[in-house]
Amino acid sequence: MSIEKKGDCMTCAEKVLIMTGNHAAAYAVKLCDVQVISAYPITPQSPVVEKLMEFVESGEMKAEYVAVESEHSAITVCISASVVGARVFTASCANGLALMHEMLHWAAGTRLPIVMAIPNRAVAAPWNILNDQQDSISQRDTGWMQIYCRNNQEILDTVIQAYRIAETVMAPVMVCYDGYVLSHTLMPVNMPDEKLVREYLPPYRPHTVLDPKSPRNINPVTLADPRMNAEGVLCHGYMELRSLLQKSLLGSVSVVAEAGREFGRIFGREYGIYDSYRTEDADLLMVSIGSLASEAMDTVDNMRAAGMKIGVMHLRLYRPFPAEVIAKAVRETGCRGVAVLEKNVSYGYEGAVCSDLKAALFDHGVDVFAHSYILGLGGRNVSVSDIEEALNRSYGYLEKKGPDRIKGQEWINCRV
Amino acid sequence: MKEDKGPTSGCDHITASSTPATGEGGRTGDWRVLYPVISRDGCVVAKTGKPMCYMCWMFCPEGVISKTVPPEINLEYCKGCGICAEECPSKAITMVQESGE
Amino acid sequence: MKKLTAVTMPDKEYMLPGNRSCVGCGLSIAYRHGLKALGDSVILTVPASCLTVLQGMYPVSSMLVPCLNTAFETTAASAAGIRAGLDALGKRDVTVVGWAGDGGTSDIGIQALSGAAERNTDFIYICYDNEGYMNTGTQRSGSTPYGAVTSTCPSGKLEHKKDMPMIMAAHNIPYVATVSPSYPIDLYEKFTTAKHMKGTRYLHLLIPCPPGWGYDPRYTVKIGRMAVLCGMFDLYEIINGKLSFYGPSLRIATGEPREPVEAYIRAQNRYRDVSMEVVEMLQEWVDKKWESYKKMGYCETD
Repeated sequence: MSIEKKGDCMTCAEKVLIMTGNHAAAYAVKLCDVQVISAYPITPQSPVVEKLMEFVESGEMKAEYVAVESEHSAITVCISASVVGARVFTASCANGLALMHEMLHWAAGTRLPIVMAIPNRAVAAPWNILNDQQDSISQRDTGWMQIYCRNNQEILDTVIQAYRIAETVMAPVMVCYDGYVLSHTLMPVNMPDEKLVREYLPPYRPHTVLDPKSPRNINPVTLADPRMNAEGVLCHGYMELRSLLQKSLLGSVSVVAEAGREFGRIFGREYGIYDSYRTEDADLLMVSIGSLASEAMDTVDNMRAAGMKIGVMHLRLYRPFPAEVIAKAVRETGCRGVAVLEKNVSYGYEGAVCSDLKAALFDHGVDVFAHSYILGLGGRNVSVSDIEEALNRSYGYLEKKGPDRIKGQEWINCRV
Repeated sequence: MKEDKGPTSGCDHITASSTPATGEGGRTGDWRVLYPVISRDGCVVAKTGKPMCYMCWMFCPEGVISKTVPPEINLEYCKGCGICAEECPSKAITMVQESGE
Repeated sequence: MKKLTAVTMPDKEYMLPGNRSCVGCGLSIAYRHGLKALGDSVILTVPASCLTVLQGMYPVSSMLVPCLNTAFETTAASAAGIRAGLDALGKRDVTVVGWAGDGGTSDIGIQALSGAAERNTDFIYICYDNEGYMNTGTQRSGSTPYGAVTSTCPSGKLEHKKDMPMIMAAHNIPYVATVSPSYPIDLYEKFTTAKHMKGTRYLHLLIPCPPGWGYDPRYTVKIGRMAVLCGMFDLYEIINGKLSFYGPSLRIATGEPREPVEAYIRAQNRYRDVSMEVVEMLQEWVDKKWESYKKMGYCETD
């Protein structure tokens, strides 16, 4: 449900609507003139695609909607439609996203600018339909970019930016936001002007089109080594094609930054690679992805009031991992330690974001500790005191040196 | 056979995308053990000088037999399956042993 | 209209010589003539299969039609995506064709196919049935017949094959047809019929496979013919629910005796170990199938 209220945007005449995160994603898809949508229902994603179906049926949006029989087919439809030259969208999460796994590799390997919205949800077993980030984190090695959102405005804005980014990098993008916490929560959202969105996002131009006029065979068996084509040009082997994907992704941090800056110029809301709150002069930095980072701001205010110098950093871009940017940002705060609070775990080790961050800090010679805290799995409520508990524990390590500051991963508010 | 060494900088593909050419699998005529010979006396097209029959053309899995007068077989790519010989209604095609190298 | 013969069939070849199909490949015959019938305005999508091999390795392809290779179980979904993309771009005149093997169709791909058929997606689905996973080295599939030896049923399969065309007919799609490369004129005509229709059209091709079935490559066409003449595989089409037999199958339907299945069985090494009981079981399976055609009224002529 969207309730219209009077706009108060400073930089442009934007309407402000009250809507859920799911509907924010759907409105963004409509603004982006997406041509093919294919999805399969899963809680808490369904309202995204229900809303889109409403737009398509009412004629508000000119798009083909393919109501497939599985998530595997949904992403396949997006892949094929994208190869033909259409701008495409899908949404899924949890087990549905896991079912897509094989095709996520196909999408990235074919270098298709598909955008997928993911209202993050726990993955079975056992069944659980509530929020954590295990689903998207489990797909981090598929060649998709991943951007995390903290509120509904960010969801809408990020979906629009995602198409610009994807169509520049020629790689697919997941726009992730916490299930229920954002997907089903009403918030005011500024609605960008559609003409300005068209200015920001030019029409999709595919790099390789499937067309009867030029009979190409796309994604055939590709050998380990390069091979000559009929014209005598030495063409890539599998490894070269994969390396080109990796190079594009590694080089895309600046594309994400540019897309965020340009968005700010046109719509008045600028986005970066990460967001920080009270990180200047912080001794301890809390790092997180998604809504947890915005919830932690109150906690940090409380702790600052109690004399503890703590700041929050939200990693907006998780894949590609902006190692250099983040390491530099951490160094610049002058902090001595980092506590990574996350709603996922790389089973058998620690939180995935923590591992990546540690590697980035190590590579760039930033000598601070990084502790991994797992919380909020399967919708377990994350209270202010849970965040405080984690931050207090790491705060106690600030004076420690060498091996004494190492601390294994820890689960917060878990009763076993 | 040219050596496929060196960088692939001449290739602007970011996704694997092939373009068509004859002989993708090489000179498949080299696979052959037996090769087909059309007898000018047996083949109805050769005998009458008129386009007709063309069962050899129709059943050839490789598409290497021409619908000409008389039909001709492209031995560079004919894999030597012998279906043409088997299906020729006038038994005008015989399979002959390739001479060893 | 002039009667279609080998002489009047179009000369233009869409499948190029020097490809990687096996010697005497039945699929190549079907692919060659199928592409001729489908013509210039077509986009294929193909999953992992022998056809992937035939169509060639990057950066060279063996056909003059565009194709998107896709994951094993996704042929119909991939076709649905191509269709949706073309429709969104206003390219409604392009025919979309999914072309998969029997494993890709009756086993791993049946979900996506059933879904696309239920939605009556506007495309042609072609299942080339060589009765097993021949490209991966002759493993059993849901389409392998009773008694046949594969590498995963080394003593012979103990279950009959799925009746895939009838499963598709049960989806009430506009067109279902069975085709054999041993009858290229019929093949060409059915592909043409399918091309001029809308909605989901399903063609099921029985494809003799020299290495997988175990016979001399020169007999591919003969083996395919024997399968039809003994009633193991029947040539028909179902248009809007009405089944009509073709050629030899029509003659069988109207009373001509079938050849015994034994000759067909004995011509193939995959049935090398079958006992007389198994031959009788297969004969019984064929007899029952034809009985059921009669009961359904399929053998009555207008």
